[in-house]
Amino acid sequence: MIDLVWLIPALPLIGFVVNGLLTRRLPEQVIGWIGSAAVGAAFVLAVLIFVDLIGMDPGSRSHETIVYTWMISGDFKVPIGFLVDPLSMIMLLVVTGVGFIIHVYSIGYMHGEVGFRRYFAYLNLFVFNMLILVSANNFLLMFVGWEGVGLCSYLLIGYYYEKKSASDAGKKAFVVNRVGDFGFLVGIFLIFVTFGTLDFSAVLGAAEAKLAYGGLLATLITLLLFVGAAGKSAQIPLYTWLPDAMEGPTPVSALIHAATMVTAGVYMVARCSVLYSLAPMSMTVVAITGGATAFFAATIGMTQFDIKRVLAYSTISQLGYMFMACGVGAFASGIFHLMTHAFFKALLFMAAGSVMHAMSGELDMRKMGGLKKKLPYTHLTYIFGTLAIAGIFPFAGFFSKDEILFYSMERHPGFWIIGAVAALMTSFYMFRSVYMTFYGTSRVEEEAAHHLHESPPIMTVPLMILAGLSLVGGLVGIPMIHGWHVFGDFLAPAFAPAKAVMEAAAGHHGSGHHNVTLELVLMGVSLAIAVVGLLVARWMYVKDPSVPGRVVNRFSGLHSLVYNKYWIDELYDVVFVNSIVRFSRFLWKSFDELVVDGAVNGSAWLVRTWATGLRWIQTGLVKDYALSILMGVLAVIGYLVLR
Amino acid sequence: MVTLQHYLILSAALFALGVIGVMVRRNLIVVLMSLELMLGGVNLTFVAFSRYLGSIEGQIFVLFVMVVAAAEVAVGLAITVALFREKGTINVNDVNLMKW
Repeated sequence: MIDLVWLIPALPLIGFVVNGLLTRRLPEQVIGWIGSAAVGAAFVLAVLIFVDLIGMDPGSRSHETIVYTWMISGDFKVPIGFLVDPLSMIMLLVVTGVGFIIHVYSIGYMHGEVGFRRYFAYLNLFVFNMLILVSANNFLLMFVGWEGVGLCSYLLIGYYYEKKSASDAGKKAFVVNRVGDFGFLVGIFLIFVTFGTLDFSAVLGAAEAKLAYGGLLATLITLLLFVGAAGKSAQIPLYTWLPDAMEGPTPVSALIHAATMVTAGVYMVARCSVLYSLAPMSMTVVAITGGATAFFAATIGMTQFDIKRVLAYSTISQLGYMFMACGVGAFASGIFHLMTHAFFKALLFMAAGSVMHAMSGELDMRKMGGLKKKLPYTHLTYIFGTLAIAGIFPFAGFFSKDEILFYSMERHPGFWIIGAVAALMTSFYMFRSVYMTFYGTSRVEEEAAHHLHESPPIMTVPLMILAGLSLVGGLVGIPMIHGWHVFGDFLAPAFAPAKAVMEAAAGHHGSGHHNVTLELVLMGVSLAIAVVGLLVARWMYVKDPSVPGRVVNRFSGLHSLVYNKYWIDELYDVVFVNSIVRFSRFLWKSFDELVVDGAVNGSAWLVRTWATGLRWIQTGLVKDYALSILMGVLAVIGYLVLR
Repeated sequence: MVTLQHYLILSAALFALGVIGVMVRRNLIVVLMSLELMLGGVNLTFVAFSRYLGSIEGQIFVLFVMVVAAAEVAVGLAITVALFREKGTINVNDVNLMKW
């Protein structure tokens, strides 16, 4: 069964081909269920392979299946191979599982859309590429999947391509990603030059031998790889595409920009954990970047009124947490948070989509309010998601976020402070969105109020499934009680080499007993922070709605700065974008129009001029043609005679 | 003494006159007559060589040429009649629909 791992990406690919080429005249239900079934079948297969994997001995849970040799050039050999180990297994399950739920939700959400079939085809293509990314056994194949998900992100963000803001957002996402990909590629080149191969098993196995601890090569490789991760996972400074990406349909935001694609960077860093462990400076850079991003994005999230923007900045912030975890050496915690985040963030986006659906497309929370009565299921599931992200016991986010904060504190208290303040802001802005949307007096406009209705079961059932996962998903990672951290134990073999390097460098071995008292105290503090956020939000948006206005007036300068996203987009425009656009325009006018068009049009002009000259021969008079025959005959005979 | 050269020069002259007639004359019937003149010159060449080389093949070829000439005249005159019906003129300079 485990050798059939190649079938997992193949099934969505087949779904893409079928929906892309064949199903034009078929009804929506058929198209939607073909797409969903492809991913669903992939999920079932992933579960079966998971069962196989846990049946194996924990020390040897790593299986490679080579399907085809892609290229051989001298010593350079790249196979199409798939790696099944605990890390890729988790990713496969999350991508196919959450992907399936989102596909089913989309059948309801995208009902009536003109490009329904195109949507499902692209969505399947995306899942295919994502699965290639997470199951590849070498850097190059992973990069293929990496680029593929970037392409699908562009196609899906620009789904409403007739809307300029949407097509611009698609371009922005692709271009910013490309910047990161450049760094990633140079990193891959360096890896090849150092190791002579791109296979994970070879590179990661020989890492300790070939790379000096803290050396230039290790630091350079890991930093370049991180540039790629920062682009794909929207960290500072390459995050600006993600808020704009909300132009795409909401299930796209849920799948790509919350649960899966943006987590590819975290997966890549976790996969290369041993490389990072050999470069402590890079780890610090990763941790600082992650922490700063978590903090920075949370501040912006507090001021936004568009519900999807709030969730977008929240995603950037939570990704910052995942990178901070990896940066302080808690790779398993980063992946744990990746999984719980996939559950509750996809849930939040889809619930927001449900609200939009009810509000006839309205996104501005200032025009919502008091929706609790009309949208009971949406309200309840959104609350579950909010409780999870705020980190309230026993929801999933509590366990994963708390673990990250604990390990951050162990590394350096500064990281804990950043993380804690960001957590406070997270709790605040999430509950703010809850109270603005569902509670208080209704600010809904007349027009929209008539259409207010709960979503159909095909949309609410996926919400409820994810709400359930948000509730219990954290219970696989219960800390402190020996043997109850199933998740961490499962992933331990994948991160063992990195752990060994870090412990050897720190000079002590296997101090598995972390400070239990400290952990309990920090847990309490985390919980308190989350509750404080909830209470402040309740005070400002339910008890005394005049407070937000007063706060904005008091701190108008600061508020303006944050509300306008610190003017970063405008800054990038001035520094980078404008000069490139000017240069492109120059190239267009001077090279493309003069040289290329000149050559093409010029050859046409040449032909026409010759023709104009030569056509005088065609007089239409027979005698002239007879004359030319005579001339020809004379020429031939003359040649033969005079030879 | 009338030698072979005399015959050849005569037939060359006939042929040249025929060619010039085809090129220069405006009346289509005169063009056809010039064409016949060309064929006549060629016939004379064949017969002269047949007599000179003592081989009968030249004269047999002349018979073929005559048959072809007859058929050609028939077709040519039919074209002339059709042309006159269409355009009302048989001036070759007026037949220039194929002009660019």
